[in-house]
Amino acid sequence: MNDARYGTPGLLRPPNRWDFVVLPGLLGLLFLIAWGSHQMTQPYTLGQPLPISLAPSHLPDYALRTTLRMALALASSFLFTFSYATLAAKSRRAERVLIPLLDVLQSVPILGFLSITVAGFLRLFHGSLLGPEAAAVFAIFTSQAWNMAFSFYYSLKMLPKDLVQAADLFGLSPWKRFWKLEVPYAMPSLIWNTMMSVSGGWFFVVASEAITVSHHQVLLPGIGSYIALAIQQRDLTAIGWAILAMLVVILLYDQFAFRPLVAWADKFKVELSQAAEPPSSWFLDLLQRTRLLASVLAYAGGVRERLRGVRLLPRLPRVRLHRRRERRKRPRLRQRGGRWRAYAGLGLLAVTAVGSVLLFTHFVLSEASYGEIGWVFVLGFFTLVRVVVLIFLASLVWVPVGIWIGLRPRVAQRVQPVALVLSAFPANLLFPLAVVLILRFDLNPEIWLSPLMVLGTQWYILFNVIAGASSLSNDLRQAASNLGLRGRLLWKRVLLPAVFPAYLTGGLTASGGAWNASIVAEIVSWGHTTLTATGLGAYIAEETAKGDQRRVVLGIAVMSLYVILFNRLVWKRLYLFAQERMAAE
Amino acid sequence: MSADTLIELSAVGKRLPVPGRGEVDVLRDINLRIRDGEIVAILGRSGCGKSTLLRIICGLTLATEGRVLYRGDRVRRPVPEISMVFQTFALFPWLSTLENVELGLEAQGMPAAERRRRAIGAIDLIGLDGFESAYPKELSGGMRQRVGFARALVVNPDILLMDEAFSALDVPTAETLRDDLLDLWLERRIPIRAILMVSHSIEEVLMLADRVVILDSNPGRVKMELPVPFRHPRDPESPTFRRMMERIYEAMTATTTGPRRASHIGYRLPSAGVAQMVGVLDEVDGGSGRRSGSLSELAEELQMEVDELFPILEALELLDFARVSGGEIQLTEHGVAFLDGDIQQRKVVFGRHLMRRIPLAGHIVRVLDSTPGSRVPESRFLEEIGAYLSDDEAERVLEVMIDWGRYAELFAYDYDSGVFSTENPGEEQEQTAVR
Repeated sequence: MNDARYGTPGLLRPPNRWDFVVLPGLLGLLFLIAWGSHQMTQPYTLGQPLPISLAPSHLPDYALRTTLRMALALASSFLFTFSYATLAAKSRRAERVLIPLLDVLQSVPILGFLSITVAGFLRLFHGSLLGPEAAAVFAIFTSQAWNMAFSFYYSLKMLPKDLVQAADLFGLSPWKRFWKLEVPYAMPSLIWNTMMSVSGGWFFVVASEAITVSHHQVLLPGIGSYIALAIQQRDLTAIGWAILAMLVVILLYDQFAFRPLVAWADKFKVELSQAAEPPSSWFLDLLQRTRLLASVLAYAGGVRERLRGVRLLPRLPRVRLHRRRERRKRPRLRQRGGRWRAYAGLGLLAVTAVGSVLLFTHFVLSEASYGEIGWVFVLGFFTLVRVVVLIFLASLVWVPVGIWIGLRPRVAQRVQPVALVLSAFPANLLFPLAVVLILRFDLNPEIWLSPLMVLGTQWYILFNVIAGASSLSNDLRQAASNLGLRGRLLWKRVLLPAVFPAYLTGGLTASGGAWNASIVAEIVSWGHTTLTATGLGAYIAEETAKGDQRRVVLGIAVMSLYVILFNRLVWKRLYLFAQERMAAE
Repeated sequence: MSADTLIELSAVGKRLPVPGRGEVDVLRDINLRIRDGEIVAILGRSGCGKSTLLRIICGLTLATEGRVLYRGDRVRRPVPEISMVFQTFALFPWLSTLENVELGLEAQGMPAAERRRRAIGAIDLIGLDGFESAYPKELSGGMRQRVGFARALVVNPDILLMDEAFSALDVPTAETLRDDLLDLWLERRIPIRAILMVSHSIEEVLMLADRVVILDSNPGRVKMELPVPFRHPRDPESPTFRRMMERIYEAMTATTTGPRRASHIGYRLPSAGVAQMVGVLDEVDGGSGRRSGSLSELAEELQMEVDELFPILEALELLDFARVSGGEIQLTEHGVAFLDGDIQQRKVVFGRHLMRRIPLAGHIVRVLDSTPGSRVPESRFLEEIGAYLSDDEAERVLEVMIDWGRYAELFAYDYDSGVFSTENPGEEQEQTAVR
C-alpha cells in the first residue's frame, strides 16, 4: 500500500461538507441548553403567578423548556439505572429486596408520585423555581427509571458466560468490565426501553407542568402550562397551536434522538446472523460521515489515552474482587452463618413491612373512615371496569388491523414509524377537543370520558401486533397456504396465536398507561365547566387539588394494589402461558 | 399429454420486478414432466431458483411466463393434492404434534373424530407414536421433520414436494429419515404417486431419485436431465454409484463458454471467503504439489455439499487461480503462487488478481482515486451494481467485494458510516494517540 493513499490524519484534516451541517447544529444545541437551564433557576415563591402567554410566538421557548425537563429526567434515569440495576444484579442479598421493590414502584401511578412529592420539593428548594421544576422532573423520572432499570438488570443477568470468562481472563477491573462488557451488551435493549419510556414520558411532562398544590396552581413555562391556560380561557386556536408545536417536538425527537440511537445500538447486538432489515437513520449516517467531528472525538480519545498513566482512583475495586473470590472458596461452615444472616435479613424485612402497613393505616385512618376506604376500593373497581372494557375494545380494533399491516412488509414499513410517533404524542393535549365534543353533543361523561384513557396508549397494541405479525416466518405462512388454511381457521390457528405474545406486551403497556391516564382523564375541564367520571383517577386528582395528602396517599395505594393484582392475576399468567406455548424456541 | 403425466411445466419463467430498474430473471424456459411412480430430484447451485420452482409447482407463487399443469389443469393457487415438506420444518410452535398434523384435514372441513383417526394413523406410520401431545420445541430436529412429513402425508396427496427436507438435520438423522421414507414409498404404504425433491447433496439425490434434473443459474434453466439407472437398495460405496457421482459433477461443471470471467461490475460474485479458497487449493495440492484433482473426491474430503463447494470453485475460477471443468479442478500457476506465498505475499497476489480479474474491484479503486478526499459512500456503488441485480443481491455482492478488498488492502470500509476510503483506520488512531 503506498502512503499517498492515506489522508492526513487527525485534526489537521480539512472538514468535509457534512461538518458544515452538523457543527452549527451542535453549537446551537449547546446554547439552547445553557439558556434554558438559566431560566429554570429563577427565584419563585408559591402563589406567585408565572406569566404564561398564549401568543404562538412563545411556543418554541415553551417547547424547549418542556424538552429540557425531559432531558434532565432522562439523565437521572440513567444514573439510577446504572447504580440500582448493577447493585441488584451483583449482590444476591440486595437483589431480593430491590427487584420486588422495583416491581411495586412500577405499578404506582406516575402522577401519584407527583402529587405526593411536589410539596416536599417546594420546601426543599424554598424560594426558587427549582422546587416545582424538580417535582416535574421527578415525575418524569418515575415514568422512565423503573422500566430502564429492569431492562438493564435482565441484560446483566443474561450476560453470556464466555464473555464473562473472557473478561476474567483479561483481568478487567470492575470499572472496565462495566463499560467494556456490561453496558455495551445491555445497550440495544436499554436504548429501546429508554426510547419507549421517553415516548411515554411526553404525556407526563405535559401533565406535570400545570400542577395544583393546596389550591395554588403552579404553571411551569412549557407546552403543558400553555394548554392548561388555553383550557381556562377556552381558546381552541391556542390548543391547535400547542398540538402543532408538540407534534414538531415529537417529530424532531423521533428523527434526531430515537432513530439514530436505535440504529446505533444495533451494532452491539450479539448475533451471528444479521437482521433482515437493520434499523437505519439518516441523521446517524450524517453524524458518522462528518470528518471534523470524528477527528475531535478521536483527539479526545487520544487525550484520554495519555491521561491513562495518571491514576485518579485508588485500585480498591480489584482488591475487593479478589476478596470476594476467596470468600466463595471457604468451607461450608461459613455458609451456614450466611444462611442465618439471610434469615435475619428476611425477618427484618418482614418487620419493616408490617410496621409500614401499620403506620400507613394509622396515617390514613386518622383522616378517613373505614367506610371511605371501602368507597375508594369501589371507585377503583369503576376505573378497573373502564380500563378492561377499553383495552378490550382497542384490541378488537387494532389486533386485526395490526395483523393485516404486519403481513404486508411494505405497508408495515410505512405505518410502524407513524404508530411510534403517535404513541409518543401526549394524548392529554387532545383532551380539550374531546370535552368540547362531549359538551356540544351533551354526552354522558361517565361513558364518554373513558375513551380518553386509551387515547394515547392504544398505539402500543397496534405496533406490537404489527411487529408480531411481521415476524411470522415466510415458511410458516407458506405451510399454512399449502395446507389450504383460509378465513376463520387461518386466523384461529395461525395468525392470532402468532401475534399473541407480542399482543400481550402491547396490552400490558397499554393497560398500565390507561391506569396512569385515568388521573387526568376522569376529570377534565373547559373554562369553568368540569366534567367528572366517577372513578379512582378522579378521586386522586380532586384530593391533590385540595392538598389532602392523606387521601392522595390512600387513593394511590389502592390504585397500585389494583394494578399489581391485575398484572399478577391476568397479564403475568397470560404471559407465562404465551412464553411456554407460543414461543418458537 | 400422456395419461401417466402428473405435472407438466412448459416454458415456465419467473421474473421479479426490481423497483425502478425493470425486472430480474429468476427462472427461464423450464420444461419438465413428472410422471406417475417416479422420484425426481432437482439439483443446482445456490441461487439457481430451485426453491422458487417448487413453489411455482404447488401454486404458492405464480409463474410469470409459461404454464404449469397438474393432471391437465392449470395450477393457479395452492393445490390440496400437492403437499410440501419444508427445510425449516415450518411447524406451528403453538400447536402440538397432533394438532399440527390435523391442520390440513381441518382446513378441508373434515369432522373432528374422522380427522383425529386419520392424524393418529399418519403419526403411527411415520414413527411418531407417543409424541402426539408434544409441542415442536420439545422434539429433536429429526422428530420435528417427521411431524412435517406426517402433516404432508395425512391429506393423502398425489405429489410430495421436498424442499431440502433433510438438510437441516445431522447426517445420521437425515439418513435414517430418508431410509424410512424410502421404505414407505417402495412398499407402497403411502398413496403418493410421485415425489419431487430439491437438494444440494448429490449423494442424497442419487440414493433416492429415479431422475436428476440439473439447473443452471442466472437465470435458472434446465441444463441437463440424467436418469439414475440403479435399483433400490443402493450402495453409495459401489463403483457404479461413485461413477454416477462423478458424472453429475461433470455435468454441473460442464462449460460451453470457456473459463469463467467476471464480465462487468454487476457480476454476481460468489459468497466465498479467502480462507475457504486457500483451504480448497491446499486440499488439491495435498502438500505434495499436485495440480489437479476430482471434484467428487474433493467434496468428500472437505465434507462439503454442492452449495458450499461451488461458490468457492467459482471464486477461484474468477480470480484465475484454478480452472474447473469436466468434474476436475486444475490449479493455475497463479493459484500455485498464491498458495505458496506467505501471508503478505498472498495479499499482494490476491490484490493483483482482484484488480486484473474483478471489474468491480478496479472500479472502486479508480473511483476512490479520482474523488477528492478519497471517501465515497457505499450507496454510490450499490446503485451502480443495482442496475444489474436485485437490492438484496447487490448488497450481498458488495459485501463479498468488501471482504476481498479488505483482505488485499485495496481499500478500507467503515461499517458504521458505510463509507469506502483509502485510509487505514488502525494507522490513523495510532498517530492521533501519539500526538
